Amino acid sequence: MHLVVCIKQVPDSAQIRVHPVTNTIMRQGVPTIINPYDLFAIEAALRLRDKHGGKVTVLTMGPPMAEDSLRRALTYGVDRAVLLTDRAFAGSDTLATSYALSQAILKIGQTYEPVDIVFTGKQTIDGDTAQVGPGIAKRLDLQQLTYVSGVNEVNLEGKTITVERRAEGGVQILKSNLPCLITMLEGTNEIRRGSIDVALAAARAEIVTWNAAAAGVAEMGKCGLKGSPTVVKRVFAPSPRADKAKIIDIGGLTPDAIATKTLDEIFNRLPTIEKELTAMAQG
Amino acid sequence: MTTTPAPKPAAAAGGRAGMKKELPEKFRSYKHVWVFIELERGHVHPVSWELMGEGRKLADKLGVQLAGVVLGGAGEDTRAAVQECYAYGADVAYLVESPVLADYRNEPYSRCMMELVNKFQPEILLLGATTLGRDLAGSVATTLATGLTADCTELAVDADGSLAATRPTFGGSLLCTIYTLNFRPQMATVRPRVFSMPERQEGKSGPVIEYEFKMIEDEIVTKLLQFIPDRDSNKSNLAYADVVVAGGLGLGSAENYQLVKDLAKALGAEWGGSRPLVQRGWIPADRQIGQTGKTIRPKLYIAAGISGAIQHRVGVEGADLILAINTDKNAPIMDFAHIGLITDAVRFLPALAKEVRQRIAPNTRSRLVG
Ligand SMILES: Cc1cc2nc3c(=O)[nH]c(=O)nc-3n(C[C@H](O)[C@H](O)[C@H](O)COP(=O)(O)OP(=O)(O)OC[C@H]3O[C@@H](n4cnc5c(N)ncnc54)[C@H](O)[C@@H]3O)c2cc1C
Ligand SMILES: Nc1ncnc2c1ncn2[C@@H]1O[C@H](COP(=O)(O)O)[C@@H](O)[C@H]1O
Repeated sequence: MHLVVCIKQVPDSAQIRVHPVTNTIMRQGVPTIINPYDLFAIEAALRLRDKHGGKVTVLTMGPPMAEDSLRRALTYGVDRAVLLTDRAFAGSDTLATSYALSQAILKIGQTYEPVDIVFTGKQTIDGDTAQVGPGIAKRLDLQQLTYVSGVNEVNLEGKTITVERRAEGGVQILKSNLPCLITMLEGTNEIRRGSIDVALAAARAEIVTWNAAAAGVAEMGKCGLKGSPTVVKRVFAPSPRADKAKIIDIGGLTPDAIATKTLDEIFNRLPTIEKELTAMAQG
Repeated sequence: MTTTPAPKPAAAAGGRAGMKKELPEKFRSYKHVWVFIELERGHVHPVSWELMGEGRKLADKLGVQLAGVVLGGAGEDTRAAVQECYAYGADVAYLVESPVLADYRNEPYSRCMMELVNKFQPEILLLGATTLGRDLAGSVATTLATGLTADCTELAVDADGSLAATRPTFGGSLLCTIYTLNFRPQMATVRPRVFSMPERQEGKSGPVIEYEFKMIEDEIVTKLLQFIPDRDSNKSNLAYADVVVAGGLGLGSAENYQLVKDLAKALGAEWGGSRPLVQRGWIPADRQIGQTGKTIRPKLYIAAGISGAIQHRVGVEGADLILAINTDKNAPIMDFAHIGLITDAVRFLPALAKEVRQRIAPNTRSRLVG
């Protein structure tokens, strides 16, 4: 079977700093990583390949340096890596991103083996929209299986798949057809460590690099800024709350005495809460 | 759809054709504000009513109608949801009843929404950023080739009547305001509890526009084999709890987290924590509070050993009263908490739990125990 995993290179945003005056992102020296959510998608695909045979292809759209994350993915043991990079894609919102990726996935299917499952992460940590997966599914007319916590069964002859999907208030067991698109839920598996051999091979592996034309992206009007219906008009820092916390003076008090004082302060500020808590305590 | 944010918005904006509002002729007739009412297994997700409250303000500002859009299987629950729309401020409700809509699946729902939008042409469409809402919104927006802004924290209408949707970006360090100037509808999702619940008004009613959805089960590929409801004991009601006690890394160990649970129990509260506790396996993922966890809006929030990073802050700012317990008086949480206690949470939490047990209905308690 052939599994394509879409991954995104993202800034390790725990370390993002915002310039206090200009409000711009200070990118210098911010390391990049594979979007952490996408690791669950990679591992899920690898497990299916290990079980059923076949190939895993990772695909990313980004600047040339996004090659780093593809090479990283190769160290986990994926079979092939495709970098989709073109200046025309700059400024893509999720609609434009899903268009470009969907065209590249078609091309991957034509160039290599037909694609059975497209995997994405649940969301990215920089865009954080969870929209690119559904976008790709709709554009390729694939069955859309989001928030999947596990693939229960794949029947390659019958072209069917059964998955568990996290829904509101419970888990859905869904049976669907291949090909399909799965957005993988976090925490559902743990990315493997590739062997030394795999890591060495990854360093030498060829990264397939396509620009828009090579990937068969036909309608340039659907790409980049032109293909993005959303417009970011303003970026700004959250405004600080004017009043800081009132620090309770606890000088020399025992924990019990502090507790009394704290509860007094809470009840004083939220007069209704005492009654409500009491009502709750009474059942 | 929301940008994977361009690094320099000003520069990005300069090159973007859609920056100027030139709404194509075909979209000029699009009017009114719609809220998708999320009905699953007989219950309306409260986020739908929260969106009604916000949608009402947008509709009033635009001088248009507010509609609730109810999709579901034929039956009482679906009809009841329509009635509730008026109680939460709708002028009109759209209703689609069909057996294929009884359980949520992407295919029939996205197709049905697309048909409704094309026929009745709303200018704004709001959905909850739940698993259901996000699944649906992403495919509806793609099918309609319109803009969708995810996880908004603020919605407004600007001077020329466009929807200004504000959301956190770059892991919450910044906010950005996003427009869909030249496509309709303008779509946005909002997480539960970001907006407050509007007052329910008894005795309201209004017109129901019923739409016949022709899709039949045979046309639908994906089948629901089974639905396994979460066990009550697992279900955290964090988002909607009135009182929440949370712990952070300052507790020092998984064992000490028990002190948070003890206090929560004494208060009849829900318990949760910061993200690192989830990553360390001290608490389950659905107990995480913050930007990538739950947004909460309790009356009282007690944060013990939590520094108050921006990603945590955005999830708790809706709380009426925040008590922060931290050994560091300069911790960022003191910038947005209301009451600060500069002390060791590990020593203090048991004392507070004891005090609570003594002061809240001690008579009832002793009677129950005795
Ligand atoms: C994309 C992204 C998304 C994120 N999403 C979330 C999210 O949803 N929710 C979230 O919480 N975080 C999130 N984070 C992580 C966030 O940035 C912080 O790292 C995290 O909130 C810090 O957790 P903490 O306050 O428990 O730990 P720390 O920052 O380590 O703070 C511990 C605090 O405990 C205090 N302390 C130490 N000892 C004691 C003691 N004995 N008694 C009392 N106080 C003590 C210290 O003074 C300190 O203030 C996210 C990060 C990123 C990059
Ligand atoms: N530029 C990209 N290249 C490849 N995959 C992407 C890209 N952007 C998003 N994705 C995929 O889509 C998922 C959801 O992204 P988002 O909609 O930005 O939250 C991610 O987890 C990735 O799997």
